Amino acid sequence: MKSGVVVFPGSNCDRDLMVALELVTGTRPVALWHAEAEVPAGLDLIALPGGFSHGDYLRSGAIAARAPVMRAVADHAGRGGLVLGICNGFQVLTEAGLLPGALMRNAGLDFICRDVALEVVTTDSAFTRGYRPGETITVPVAHHDGNFQADAETLDRLEQQGQVAFRYAGEVNGSARRIAGILNDRRNVLGLMPHPERCVEEAHGNLDGRRLFAGLVSVLA
Amino acid sequence: MKARVTVSLKPGVLDPQGRAILHALEGLGFSGVTDVRVGKLIELELAEGTPLETVEEMGRRLLANTVIENFRVEPA
Repeated sequence: MKSGVVVFPGSNCDRDLMVALELVTGTRPVALWHAEAEVPAGLDLIALPGGFSHGDYLRSGAIAARAPVMRAVADHAGRGGLVLGICNGFQVLTEAGLLPGALMRNAGLDFICRDVALEVVTTDSAFTRGYRPGETITVPVAHHDGNFQADAETLDRLEQQGQVAFRYAGEVNGSARRIAGILNDRRNVLGLMPHPERCVEEAHGNLDGRRLFAGLVSVLA
Repeated sequence: MKARVTVSLKPGVLDPQGRAILHALEGLGFSGVTDVRVGKLIELELAEGTPLETVEEMGRRLLANTVIENFRVEPA
């Protein structure tokens, strides 16, 4: 499985994500610099890491979403290639229009950094097939702008079409319908606020994130 | 020439910052504030003759996230 991790100025989970991907897939991902308009051919997955791209200036993910590399990411998604956005990566995907909705300031205004319980809402995607439907997993969050909002029509459509991938088991940040992660309608793009790359090895004390990456391997081999 | 772009949250979009400011105003004893909405003011210095439609396009493509925000362009 060939993967690439985009690096924006201010990304700070890119190395963690590359380590997790290499650990689970056995292949070292390539780093994709934000200013490059082209990415190597044959990538199965392009992942957008967490962090504070461009200092969160204007809006979280707003400037990164207009970076040259994002056209290549959109083309990759358009070809059915897998795209994963974690935390700031999720914010970038919504800003780029690859996923619906927006991620706003947490309802309590605090930066939230802790383990949260997540319900796996759908296992019908390459990203979630490693879980059991309805299973509750534990994955850490670390964000200031994770409050997912969209109009009621969009939220209904996401739920009806099974595009809600993960839901917070309890109240975390004010997200509409406690949404923690969503898929696009083709189910090849996932954005989520929690950090699966931070729970992939024994030393992390929790392996619940590992199955997300393992699920990808089982699809792509 | 200058232009001013005012970005505001769409009606109905929850504004946690606005709520916090509202509570702080109440704490200072200002009564009668029923709602607070926080927006952004972006001032652009532009080449003479830049059409305002171009600034509108800047608003649509970057300055505002039209999923949650409205924006208004005016010459300054």
